[in-house]
Amino acid sequence: MPSQPSKQMNSLLVNLVRFAGLILLQVLILNNIQLIGYVNPFVYVLFIMMLPLALPGWLLLLIGFLTGYTVDLFMSTNGLHAASTVLMAFARPYVIQLATGVKEPETVSEPGLSQMGIRWWFSFSLSLVVVHHFALFLLESFSFSQLGYTILRMLLSVAASEIIILMLSYFFMMRPKKKS
Amino acid sequence: MFNLVRFLQKYNFIIIFVFLEVIALVMLSRSHSYQRAAINHRTNNLAGAIYHIHSDITNYFSLRQQNIRLLHQNAELMRQLALVKENIPDPDSALQSQIFEYIPARVIHNTVDLRNNYIIINKGYRDGVAKDMGIVSPDGVAGIIIGVSEHYATAMSLLHKHAALSVRFPNNDQIANLHWRGGDYHFAEVVDIPSHVIPAEGDTLVSSGHSFVFPEGLMVGTVAELIPSEKGNLNTARVRFHTNFGKLRNVYVVKNAHRKELDALSTIKTNE
Repeated sequence: MPSQPSKQMNSLLVNLVRFAGLILLQVLILNNIQLIGYVNPFVYVLFIMMLPLALPGWLLLLIGFLTGYTVDLFMSTNGLHAASTVLMAFARPYVIQLATGVKEPETVSEPGLSQMGIRWWFSFSLSLVVVHHFALFLLESFSFSQLGYTILRMLLSVAASEIIILMLSYFFMMRPKKKS
Repeated sequence: MFNLVRFLQKYNFIIIFVFLEVIALVMLSRSHSYQRAAINHRTNNLAGAIYHIHSDITNYFSLRQQNIRLLHQNAELMRQLALVKENIPDPDSALQSQIFEYIPARVIHNTVDLRNNYIIINKGYRDGVAKDMGIVSPDGVAGIIIGVSEHYATAMSLLHKHAALSVRFPNNDQIANLHWRGGDYHFAEVVDIPSHVIPAEGDTLVSSGHSFVFPEGLMVGTVAELIPSEKGNLNTARVRFHTNFGKLRNVYVVKNAHRKELDALSTIKTNE
């Protein structure tokens, strides 16, 4: 696919808006929803999932780190989200490889519900959410003493995050249609 | 040398991953005890400003409830003041010995359902807020300041792994430690009640004043359930917080004017 400058700019802009939107959604709305004390959905990871596939590895990791660090700044959690999100960014190429057989599928530029289909997108996003939440909740409690409680929170939060992420990706899918 | 360059080229993805992960984990490990969290904490001004705008908007929805709670607190304070006034011959001289000052502040961000929760307030070092000061709500004890910026401050909520509060049973003066074990944010636990002390359900718990952070006798919570230990000598009690952490809005920062003096005294003690 030839990369025209205008197309790249457009992609950059879309990703910046998505970044700001998801971070604000996370820290202003989702972090304030109190669901029975167990469920903390973290959906800002959708931003990492939807980054262009052509992105070099080092940039992917760096963006992952900075995204996590931004959330850390808002939540006063020093490095917690940065650590989990870097791990997730690291896992992304491998999950893509597992799901499609090749590291960089040439037919699509950005992973998303519309390009990949619901089945692919569901397993892709769920795997990455599990990686992220697993690291996040274990690092947060930092002990095995309340492992049952931590795992319960983790599983419920994975389910909540995944549902919201699917809803959001459906929303992102509708947008390009409107433009054309 | 050439091999090294090739090695770096081949594995740069993994190397950068390890590098960034180590940075994140070092940052994280620096906040793994109360002291270290307090030392390394930076309150971020941008995050503070965004929360401020957000809370400006959402504040309107709870104004009515806030007013009612403040009115209740006023009534309670007036009742106490009347009692105190009877015992003081000259009120002006009493002001001289005032130890605790209160700085009113507004909560602009607060969580209750994480394992470690923080409260961000809209007062910073410009307003005289400093680390290790306490935060109280109209209902009772809420947290301890761990980081300040110019206009904002972050507090460790009592709903935090590293937060422990020294409390007292007012009817028998027994001291104990209160700690939150996660889960329901309405309940905390006191795990070191000697077996000869048997608190009844509904007994109140107040701050002991031993930490110099909070004045003595501030409301903390009520005993909800006593869990007798199976073998040890220390009973556990489930305590219902008097402060509703889910609805924290107006708070006071507690400033102890004698803090430096008391700290110096306790360093002398530990040096001996």
